[in-house]
Formats: sequence, structure tokens, C-alpha cells
Amino acid sequence: MMQTNTIPIAIDEQPWVLPNKGIVGMWCLIAAEAAIFLIFVTAYLFYLGKSLTGPTPAQVLELPIVGTICLLSSSITVHMAVAALRKGNIRGCTLGLGGTVALASAFLVTTAQEWHHLIYDFGLTIRTNLFGTTYYSLVGLHATHVIVGLLLLIAAFFFSLSGRVTEHHAERLEVLSLYWHFVDAVWVVVFLVVYVIGR
Amino acid sequence: MLVLSVTLAIFLIVGGLLVYALIKFRHRPTDSDHEPAQIYGSTQIELSWTVIPILIVVTLFLTTTRVIWQTEAAPKPAGAVDVIVVGHQFWWEYKYPKLGVVTANELHIPASDPSHPTPTYLEMSSADVSHSFWVPRLAGKTDLIPNRVNTMWMDPSQPGLYLGQCAQYCGTQHAKMLLRVYVDSPADFAAWIKKQQQPATRDLSGNPLAQEGQKIFLGTACISCHAVAGTPANGRFGPDLTHLASRDTIGSGAIPNTPQNLRAWVADPNAMKPGSLMPSMHLNDHDLDAITAYLTTLQ
Amino acid sequence: MATSTTGLEAIDVTAPPTQPPGPSLIYQWLTTVDHKKIGLMYIVYALLFLVVAGIEAMIMRVQLAVPNNHAVSPQVFNQLFTMHGTTMIFFVAVPVLFGFGNYLIPLMIGARDMAFPRLNAFSFWISAFGGLLLYLSYFAGSGLYGAGAAPDVGWFAYAPLTAKVFSPGHSSDYWTLSVLLSGIGTTGTAINIVATAFCMRCKGMTLMRMPLLVWLFVVASCMVFAAVSPLTAAQIMLCLDRYLGSHFFDTQAGGSAVLWMHFFWIFGHPEVYILILPTFAFVNEIIPVFSRKAIFGYPAMVAASVAIGFVSLSVWAHHMFTIGLGPAGNTFFVFATMVVSVPTGIKMFNWLATIWGGKVIYRVPMLFCVGFLFQFLIAGLTGIMLSAAPFDWQLSASYFVVAHFHYVIVGGILFSLFGAFYYWYPKVTGRMMSETLGKWHFWMFVIGFHLTFDFMHIPGLLGMPRRIYTYEAGRGWELWNIIIGIGAIIQGVATLIFVYNLIYSYFRGPEAGPDPWDAWTLEWSTTSPPPDYNFAIEPSVSSARPLWDLKHPEDQDSRYE
Repeated sequence: MMQTNTIPIAIDEQPWVLPNKGIVGMWCLIAAEAAIFLIFVTAYLFYLGKSLTGPTPAQVLELPIVGTICLLSSSITVHMAVAALRKGNIRGCTLGLGGTVALASAFLVTTAQEWHHLIYDFGLTIRTNLFGTTYYSLVGLHATHVIVGLLLLIAAFFFSLSGRVTEHHAERLEVLSLYWHFVDAVWVVVFLVVYVIGR
Repeated sequence: MLVLSVTLAIFLIVGGLLVYALIKFRHRPTDSDHEPAQIYGSTQIELSWTVIPILIVVTLFLTTTRVIWQTEAAPKPAGAVDVIVVGHQFWWEYKYPKLGVVTANELHIPASDPSHPTPTYLEMSSADVSHSFWVPRLAGKTDLIPNRVNTMWMDPSQPGLYLGQCAQYCGTQHAKMLLRVYVDSPADFAAWIKKQQQPATRDLSGNPLAQEGQKIFLGTACISCHAVAGTPANGRFGPDLTHLASRDTIGSGAIPNTPQNLRAWVADPNAMKPGSLMPSMHLNDHDLDAITAYLTTLQ
Repeated sequence: MATSTTGLEAIDVTAPPTQPPGPSLIYQWLTTVDHKKIGLMYIVYALLFLVVAGIEAMIMRVQLAVPNNHAVSPQVFNQLFTMHGTTMIFFVAVPVLFGFGNYLIPLMIGARDMAFPRLNAFSFWISAFGGLLLYLSYFAGSGLYGAGAAPDVGWFAYAPLTAKVFSPGHSSDYWTLSVLLSGIGTTGTAINIVATAFCMRCKGMTLMRMPLLVWLFVVASCMVFAAVSPLTAAQIMLCLDRYLGSHFFDTQAGGSAVLWMHFFWIFGHPEVYILILPTFAFVNEIIPVFSRKAIFGYPAMVAASVAIGFVSLSVWAHHMFTIGLGPAGNTFFVFATMVVSVPTGIKMFNWLATIWGGKVIYRVPMLFCVGFLFQFLIAGLTGIMLSAAPFDWQLSASYFVVAHFHYVIVGGILFSLFGAFYYWYPKVTGRMMSETLGKWHFWMFVIGFHLTFDFMHIPGLLGMPRRIYTYEAGRGWELWNIIIGIGAIIQGVATLIFVYNLIYSYFRGPEAGPDPWDAWTLEWSTTSPPPDYNFAIEPSVSSARPLWDLKHPEDQDSRYE
């Protein structure tokens, strides 16, 4: 026999406010990705000094100052883009995104240059020794995340340039910028582990 | 043991309470329609059944810790016998470094007298993948891991044959990487060692078939994997065969060591132990007879 | 906190739809983003793999029934135990549990769907593809010995056995890639669950008024982030080793086999807690309803669940007591493992207290929960035995361990899962499952389960290691292996009865109505099955048991908050 229970509908009271699901979802993704990076960093630290042959970090690595400045600045530009969008300043948003794209691309270029140097001038590849293995995998994993972020930022940039982005999209852009800040934070860790501690 | 009695007690108490509750509080048709009293919780009760388990855990932990340290950090007495164990896919290599003995698959160790202990200390590693040395009646298991050395000790007092097998999956014939540990009386052990220290220089002049077998053995690829002390054969990929005929089994405990089995093994190891890494040498019948005759002289 | 108005009737959705017929049924299911359909696809998919993996287990039991048997070759046997374990964990347990979560969570929190419906669909399809990829390996080209290329490295695929040199061919790659895909799907679903629970609750449903099921899925999902990612990372490393020649686990180049073990078990142990927490979730919903009492100690249950989540992340090396960690390392992991038993025990006691003073109704869902309670108790106790490292030095990698974890997974997880099927089937389909067939299923399964897994402890104690395709006569293992096999057959028959019941009841079961069990959470307020949109109007709740409040206006839970 059909029975319908009545669910009371409340009319009074304070507004029922819950967190933004995009932000929560992105933090969850960040947690998962952070765990992946943690494992690669652990492997890197574990194998420091254990290579049986081949070049050591001190022999071949130089501090990637330029790339790091570019990447970390890109966090500022993307933050500015979001702030601008919140205020309805579409032009500011477009500029911020464009700056972020440019700086991120510059970072990738410096990484590519570094790898070219390592491979062709020192003969260091992923299969050379444990250092090569852990270095290329960790930095490569990070670079992959940069590329993915870059593609998303380029898309956002073109949407913004063509006038399709409005104030209502500010939260979504913030989700993307959260991802980007994570990528930068990972770079800080990689920088410290690989180029400071590891050398 | 404490762990067993504690767990049994917990099982009886909690299980008993469960049984009691499930019977006493079952719904009976004669019950009124009212729902039972809704009880949402009780901080005191929650605390009690948090604190008591914590105390149990602390007790178990402390006793367990003591056993761990007693076992793993035990000091090594002067009379200990050292054996180096190397795991291979699918056989065991044993070396007695201070006694100059290299053998395979059947381990002899002396029985130990508590007043004058002669435990056996094993230093273990692997030549390929991970294995594990487990002879239940002698000790817990310890893994053999490539690029790593693990140690364990055994201190048996009763002579006899103790069986075990590899306890870490290592490939196709993991199941037949058996362990045979012969705990000998000190006198027997000394005699065994003496024999093992001899190279294989038995005089074969009265045994033409065995002589022929030796020639085939030394001239074929056998020596690229196997070693026989006293001959040019010095391969280390496969088991040392110097005293093969003194062992009760071949194929690391898988097959009784009889001339027929030995012949069948050499003819086609994979027929008897599929997945064994020893290839068939495709010898003809006569050569097989000769080789078998030679191998049975390796006492 | 009372709601102010009298309610509106829930909209009667039994009126026939007036739209024209939509796209074909297959297209609908292939492209759906509805959490209910996706949940059902997960569940059906898992049931199919349950049968397949069960057959793999049967074949193994036949091979092991007598010593020196030749029913299957060693190569095939090694593939069977690898596939059985991998399938059961990744393509049965994970999908079925997250499938239930998918179906139930939005309904229980008064939401219309999950937070990210398209991500939901993507997660399902990528997991499904992973399972199919794994089974493709049986038909793929020659592996090591030409017996198809199904992986044969064990479900935990220890290095360096998985290196190219020891596992030529592609069998290990099938393992790596299919499990990797499953991990991506699981992570996606976990993100969805956390976002849904935090951001989509109906009005008035504070976190401490969520059904405990939702809490447990949230904790399990958070554990997924922490635990599945290490496996993903390790698998990427393994692929790099096998294909780009890197040396993560290449012991010849200084790499470490132990590193794989750490990474795998940092995943592997929390993984089984990720599986048991949804199990607890079902039990948390079923026991109160069939004892006619609120769950005892809701806040303590939440705290215990979160505690289990945290502590279980620190116990992993109890799978590695025999690898030579050293006494300090072993001591730490003994401690952590023993500690995790405390919150777990709290949960057992709370269930006991829920039943105590209630009026227990022995319908099939409750029967399975009773089985769960006893069996999980025993499994936990054998776990405590194994947590004592010296004990473990004897029993690790033996049939004692196999018996222990099957006791948890079959005796605990599967029993609770069966209970969940019988409990929620009426909601999903609108019909009740046959109670008679259910009782047959239950009793046969209990008998079969205990025959197999109680007696399986004994060969372990007698020295029988795991993963061996045969054994010598005269070790004293023969009788036990036969008993184990008989129990397996009985369980198989019981499972077939269950599957038959599922199908039969769909067509012939009595109509269920929206609330056949007189339960108290929001999913029981919709029709059975629920309409596509779940709730016509967003509900508003003032306690953890909204329907109890409605049914007992004189004794509402909200008064005791």
C-alpha cells in the first residue's frame, strides 16, 4: 500500500550555507595529488647518494632561479586575475590570465633547456642511474602538472579574451587558481629537495 | 601464550554478551507495539570501553616488545655456526664461510646444547627475487631480499630432519622450493662438514661409464651453471654439485634422489619441475646414462 | 529546533509520465550521469566479477584438494591467485561498495545528485574499462609461458619479480595499468563523495545529523586520497622501470625491493580499511532499524571512524614484519596495529549496546548483520594475534593469514554487503526480495563460510605457506584442504541462490512501498524506486532520524540533541 511520508518544509530561519563544491572538490584533488608527489619525493630522498655510477646532483645541477621566479610570479598573476574578476574587471582578468600563461610557458622553456643540457652535455637520462631515475620522474611529474594547468589556463584566457567570462565565474576561476597555487607549492618542495638538500 | 589467552577471553566475553543480547532482546509476537526506549549514548560507558581496551593493548604491546627485542637483538654466542644463505629461483645456496663449504638445498646444522650453545646464524640475501626461509619447527620466517642482507638464528636442541619451504612467492616453482634442514648431533655435524670439505676427486678408473660421463659433463654447457670442486667446473648460477649424491633429494626437495630420477631430471628438468630455470640439454640416451653414472659418484 | 509549518504532501509521482518515449534504453544507461543508475552499474558490474573471481577460487581449491594434483599447471595456478585477489579487491569490493555509496548518499542527505555527476560517470567507466583490460590479458598474446598473458605476480606484485627481466611479456603490465585505471576511478568517486557530503546536504542537516553511512563513506574517501595515490605513484614508477629502463625497483642498479613493499602497503593496508568502513556504514544503518533503537553513541561512532581512518594510515609495515625492519621498526608497527583495535572495538561495543534493550527483528538483513558481528569479532582477534610480530614471524605468508583476511573480507564485508542488498533492494526496485530464499542463502553461506575459513587457519598453523600450487603428501594438510574445498562449493551454491533471488524478486517479489522496514533516514521517504530527481522539494531535517521525528512526534530525536 502506497504511503507518502510528509517532509516538513521550513520557511523561517537563517540561510543554509554550505561550502562551494568546486573548492572542496579541488582541495580533495590536491590532497590526492600531494600524496602522489610525496611518494616521488620520498623515493628521491631515499635514493640520494645511492647511485652506483654516473653523475651526481652536485656535478650537474644548477639552481633554476629564472624558472622559479617565473613560476612563483605566475601565482601572483593568477591571483590578480581572480581578484579582478570578482570585481567585474574582465580586462584585468584577461591580463592576469595572459600573464600567468606567459610565465608558466617561460618556466616550461627553462625546464626544457635544463633537460636538454643534462641529456646532451652530461649524458644523464632516466636510465643512467638512481639519480637520473628519481630526478626526471619527480621533475617530470611536476612539469606534467604544469602542462595540464597551462592548458586549462590557456582555455580560460581565451574565454576571457572573447568576452565569455563574467563575474559569476569568479568561483570557478578560483578553483583553477587553487590548482595552480598547488602546482607552485609543489615546485617549492621540489626545489628544496632536489636543488638545495639534494646537492 | 598471553596473546592467545587474552584474545580467547575477549571472544568469550564479547561473544557471550552478543549471544545474550540477541536472545534476550529479540522481538516476541506478544510484545506491545511500542518502540523500546531510545537510548542515545552514555559518556561513562564509552569511556570505560575505551580505557579497558587501551590497557589491554598496552599489556600486549609490552610483552610483545620484550619478545621482539629478545629475539632480534639477541647477543651472538662464540660457538655459533655461520651460514650464508642465498635464495635463487627455485633453489637454496648455502655457504659456510669459516668452514670452506659450499652446498645447496639441504642444510646441515648442529644441535645446540643449552650449557654450551652452538646456534646457527644465517646471513641471507637473494640472487634474483624475494624469497623467504621458513622452517616452522625451528624458527619464524625471514625474507631473502636482493640487494639486502637479513639475519636470523636457529637454536635447535633435538636432532632430526626439519621440513619447510620458501614462503614468499618467487615465481612459477615457488611451491617446490622446499627446505630440508638436518639437525645433526655435534659429532655427525663435524663428520658431515669434513666430507663436504673434500673436493670430488674420487677415483673413477673402475667405472668407465662414469668417466665418460665426467668428460661429457666437463665438455658441455653444464659447467656454465654448475660447480664441482676439484674440477674445472665453476658455474654459480645453479646448485653446487660437488656432493650431489650425498643428498636425499634433488630439485630442492621436490624429487627423491635416485638414479632414475636423476636421469629423468637431466633429460628434461621442466617435465619434473615445470618452470625450473635449468634447460634440457637434449642429450641422447647413452650420454644420459653416462652423466647419471658420473653424478652418482659425487658423494 | 522545530520546523515551523505543517508539511506539504510529497508529490505523488505515480502518475504516468506524459513525455514522449526518450532515447533507447542502452543509450540512456551509457550516457547517464544519474547517481542511481551509475550506482547500479557499479553493483551489477561487481556482481559479474564476483562470480568470475569465485570461479577462479573454485579452480584453485580443486587443484589443492589433494597433494601433487595436476588439475591445472603451476603457471595457470599462479595466474589464478593473482587474478582472484586483484579482481576481488579492485573490481568487486571497491565497485560494489562505492556503487552503494553512489546510490544512497544523495538520497540520504536530501540531495538531487552527487556534486559532480559527469565526474561520477567518468569514474565508473574508467574503472569498468580497467576491469575489462585486466581480463583481456587471458586472451592476449603469449606471456611467460604462452598461457595467455594474465598476470601471475600475486595481487601485490612484489618487486623485483615484476621487473622486465623476471616477468617478460606483458602480464605485469596488464596488472599495473588496469589497477591504475581503477585507482583513478576510485579517486574520482572519493572526490565526489566528499564534495557531496560537505556541500549538498539538505536544510538542517548539520554534519552531526548526517546518517552514519555518509560519515563512513566520507572517512573512507579521505583515506582514498591518502592511500590510493601511493599505489598510483608506485605503479607509475613500475611502468617507468619496465619501459624506460629506470631503476626504482631495479636491485641490480642499487634499487630497493623493500621500497616497493613500503609503497604498496602504504596503499594496501588502508585499502582494506577503505573497504571495511562502508561495511560498517551498512551495519550502522541496519542494526538500529532491526533492533528498533537509535544507534548507541553517534558522536563516539563518528570519532571512532575518524580515528580508524587516521591510525590505519600508520600500520602498513605489519605486512613486512619478516623483511628485516629491525626491532625498533617492528616495535612501532606492532604498537600502531594494536592501537587501531581500540576504535574498532568501540564500534563493536556500540553495536552491542544498540541491540541491548531493543526488540530485535530477525529478518534477512539482520541475520547477515549478526553473522557480521560474530565473524568480524573473530577476524579482529586473529588480527590481534598477527599484530604480535613474533607470532607473525611464524604465520605471515601462511594460510593463517589467508584465513584471517578472508574472515574479514568474506565474513565481515561480504556478509554486511549481503545484508545491504536485502535491505535496500526494496528501495531500488520497489519489490521485496524473497525472505525464504534469503534464509536459505544465509544459512548455506554461513555453513560454507565456516567450513572453509575456520578450518583454513589450521594448515597455516601447520606450516602451509600461501601461493603454492601444490604440496607434498605427509605434511598433515590434506584433510583440511578437502574441508576447505567443500565449504567453497557450498558458498558457491549459496551465492547462486542469492543471484537467483535478485533476479526472481525483480519480477515476482511483493511490492515494497516506500518504507517496508519502518526505517528512519531520508531515503525511505521517497517512492520505491525513487524518482529521477529524488526529492520534489528539498527536505528539511532537525535530527539524525528525520522519519523517526515524523512518526513519533511525541518523542522526537531533536529534543535530545
